[in-house]
Amino acid sequence: MKYLHLVWAAMLRRKARTLLTLLSIMLAFLLFGVLDSVRSAFMEAGHNVAAVHRLVTFSKASLTVPLPKSLYSRIEAVPGVSEAAYVNWFGGYYQTPKHALGGEAVGAGFFALFPEYEMPATERRAFAAIRTGVVVGEGLARRYHWKLGDKIPVQADIFAQKNGSNTWTFDLVGIYHVSAARLESEEYGFYFHWDYFDQASALGNGTVNWYVERVADPRQADRIARAIDALSANSDHETQTQREDAFAAHLISQYVDMGPIVGAILGAVFFTLILLTSNTMTQAVRERVPELAILKTLGFPGRGILSLVLGESVLLLASGGAAGLVLASLVVGLVRARLGAQIPLLPVGWAIWLQGLGLTALIGVLVGALPARHGMRLRIVDALSGH
Amino acid sequence: MNSLVEILGLSKVYIRGKQKIEVLHHIDLSIGCGDFVALMGPSGSGKTTLLNLIGGLDSPTEGVIAVHGQRIEQLGESDLARWRAAHVGFVFQFYNLLPMLSARKNVELPLLLTRLSALERTNHADVALQLVGLADRAAHKPAELSGGQQQRVAIARAIVSDPMLLVCDEPTGDLDRQSAVEVLTLLRRLNRDHGKTIVMVTHDPKAADFASKTLQLDKGTLVSTAQGAAA
Amino acid sequence: MYQKIASFVTSSIAAIGALAALALLPSWSLVLACAVLVGWFSLTRVGRQAWSVAQMGMATLPQRPGAASVVVVGIAGVVGVLVALLSLAQGLESTLRQAGTDDTAIVLRAGSQTEISSSLDRDTATIAGEEPEVLRDARGQPMASPELITVASLPKSSDGRPANVAIRGVEQAAWGVHPDVRILAGRRFTPGLRELIVGKAAAREFKGLTLGSSVVLGGQPWTIVGEFDSGNAHDSELWADVDVVASVYRHGSNVSSLTVRLSNAAHFQAFKAALAGDPRLKVDVSTTRTYYEKQSEALGRMIRILGTTVAIIMAVGAVFGALNTMYTAIAIRTREIATLRAMGFRSAPVVVSVLTETILLALAGGALGAALAWALFGHYTASTLGSNFSQVVFEFRVTPALLAAGLKWAVAIGLIGGLLPALLAARMPVTSGLKAL
Repeated sequence: MKYLHLVWAAMLRRKARTLLTLLSIMLAFLLFGVLDSVRSAFMEAGHNVAAVHRLVTFSKASLTVPLPKSLYSRIEAVPGVSEAAYVNWFGGYYQTPKHALGGEAVGAGFFALFPEYEMPATERRAFAAIRTGVVVGEGLARRYHWKLGDKIPVQADIFAQKNGSNTWTFDLVGIYHVSAARLESEEYGFYFHWDYFDQASALGNGTVNWYVERVADPRQADRIARAIDALSANSDHETQTQREDAFAAHLISQYVDMGPIVGAILGAVFFTLILLTSNTMTQAVRERVPELAILKTLGFPGRGILSLVLGESVLLLASGGAAGLVLASLVVGLVRARLGAQIPLLPVGWAIWLQGLGLTALIGVLVGALPARHGMRLRIVDALSGH
Repeated sequence: MNSLVEILGLSKVYIRGKQKIEVLHHIDLSIGCGDFVALMGPSGSGKTTLLNLIGGLDSPTEGVIAVHGQRIEQLGESDLARWRAAHVGFVFQFYNLLPMLSARKNVELPLLLTRLSALERTNHADVALQLVGLADRAAHKPAELSGGQQQRVAIARAIVSDPMLLVCDEPTGDLDRQSAVEVLTLLRRLNRDHGKTIVMVTHDPKAADFASKTLQLDKGTLVSTAQGAAA
Repeated sequence: MYQKIASFVTSSIAAIGALAALALLPSWSLVLACAVLVGWFSLTRVGRQAWSVAQMGMATLPQRPGAASVVVVGIAGVVGVLVALLSLAQGLESTLRQAGTDDTAIVLRAGSQTEISSSLDRDTATIAGEEPEVLRDARGQPMASPELITVASLPKSSDGRPANVAIRGVEQAAWGVHPDVRILAGRRFTPGLRELIVGKAAAREFKGLTLGSSVVLGGQPWTIVGEFDSGNAHDSELWADVDVVASVYRHGSNVSSLTVRLSNAAHFQAFKAALAGDPRLKVDVSTTRTYYEKQSEALGRMIRILGTTVAIIMAVGAVFGALNTMYTAIAIRTREIATLRAMGFRSAPVVVSVLTETILLALAGGALGAALAWALFGHYTASTLGSNFSQVVFEFRVTPALLAAGLKWAVAIGLIGGLLPALLAARMPVTSGLKAL
């Protein structure tokens, strides 16, 4: 610690160079923070605590093939399943085709499976009581300026009503909120009653797209999933049951496998960064050879010189890296505030900070090592006489 | 008078390519405690090499160097560094102050190797600066000081850890007459009033006059010893 | 100090602005600028001076490999990332766009944006196909292809994890409506049998889709009897007889879409009006070009925005790296530059020589980055979940235009990174330069 002012003095020796190097490091870690936030948003999709308690059951043939509703009572009876619900997918738009809505027609008891959707008890009761009721996420309500009691007309993509109309009108009876910031993208749901949907839809025929089950003990999930699939084995509607988080992660990975792309970009960025800073450090040590020789003359041990140079490179990396991560937090925060869950971004959390700071230390040691060794091995007599 | 530096059969050979250059040839020398020795000789006579050996910056090819009973030619690199920090102060022709540090911080440098607290270090540095007459320049950077002042800061740095031995390589070589006299007077005062043993390389006979003893080196061999005018 | 900071900030902003401006310039202007520079070097006296000064500077490059490689590698990184991401977007867009033409039209259920969410009954398909604007084949049959899309799950060849694949059920009319579908190996499927032909991208992307083998889809075994190439998004699909697909997947008699070949692209509006005017029909129609362009729009734009943003941030970093290197280069050559100035060289050759050196380094970096992107991604394929909820496989398209764009960025970075140091070198007072160590 008492060497700190020596390190500081060395960094101030060439202010322009130090500043430019710091800015480069900062930009590299800005990219690191932002891209890692994108990557972890993809990685963590569906990985919420409540999800490990849930299973989803689809048709084994295809996600688009419907299942009979008659499975419901049999699934509920499977030992280990504490609650179950069924869901139909509903696609449409609000006002203009640009405002696409992905809705779900859900069976009674659906919200009991989703405790992370927080909603006042009065709104829950209102939803149960009103046949044309709809519950939406806070994010969606904010986007279209909806409030409780609004009548919301939705144009259906496929599901025309029996009366020939393509317009479904729902009564907004509940708005739910999700506390966890990383589940923000869940605040855009649009849920209404399956019974109403099935009876009013021209295509309604008592089928559902998928089932959701809640299991009491997540450790039993695999066994329970097999038991559910066994119900329809060898029938004409075989099912496939998966943990909800695994299902979501798999779905997302089909959109775009972010890992390799982000990895390649960051690889290019950090390779360049290492080259740049190690060049800076080599220059810095080279022009300070006489000074380091003086320190050695005064009796500073080789280790002392080593730690001075390493200290400088690590400090350079750490301060630039910290600035970059702060900037990344600001950028991510700003974009999230502006665009909400439209783009996949997680707040820059402690995991990213930890990784980032670990990287700064690693790169700092890496780029400082050679120049530091050079400084440590310096022969005083040669260095002082300018050889 | 007991001797501080005892040198026996000292040789130094540099190897440049296939050529062997014997810079010092079987030197025997004794420097007494409290001496102020001027080392003179033409360029290439080996005086700086001898000085570096006495100061523990370099190791001999052959021979013995004992300083205050310590055989320094037998010390490894890190022991030698520790020994230098405790027992020798260095003054160079070009001052060799760290340009980014204030005078006080420069003087404080050797104390970073001790167990002194930050406050004690500053106090010691201020005392040393006072001794060389630069207490009012403590906060200045080297570039803001004259050559003579910079050299006095360097001397303060050399004495701040209170070593027995001061090793000076052409301390006035880059100074005007007036500053040179100031610096030499200061060195003589340190020698006389504070009992520092000083070995100084110089090619300026007027500088050598401040020493109590002058040694002449030629082609790696000691050729004569003379009592200085000041003695 | 504060003045310095202020001037640094303003110059940084100016640099970013210049970077943006340069990025917008067409590529030929760059070639023109280079030509002008070469002419100036060889034809004018000051130009020749500048060239000899630049040569002196570049002769010292081997002595500072670290610094020079910072510029080269830094810029190679920017250009590589930029070209790779833009070629990804380009590949996606051209794969989807090539599936569309102006003289074919796709009919979907009113309100449906995609085939998978659309459903047409057979009467609707027949009525729409009978419209006069629809081309007829040699036997007088309308060239109208009712098609059924469904999605199955198959393991990927890369990691064995299941992913969605689209199965398109078609009738005989499909071969005329989609003439770009060519059988590479094997034969077409036989109507009424559980036979499949697989697109070449699907065959590569998914496990077990080899010619002659059998695969279980929808709980039934299918035989793969052919492999086809269409050069567009259909390559990621499996094709089979529409009635067989409908029965295996219990879709009833409805189909997803109707694709028709128009007798003339100009007849599209008339066709659209005819469908809209028929009270029996509740459909939307668009040319297949519009339909597929709309599908690639969102993802393509997202990749472009991501690529450009990342490249801009990296470019600013590379500018800092170049500035650093060139300031150092000038510091090393201070005495030399001052000597030249003292001998009577004017500032212009000094400025131009520093700029030339940076730009040449930048070009080397740009070429390296473009070459790397081309070598690494030239034959790379990626896939995404398309609008039919199934994998669309596409190739990275590293086009000459993208490579040129990469070089343009490289030059822009070199120019900005070299300009400030060049001006510094030119303004340096001769006397202080000569005194410098």
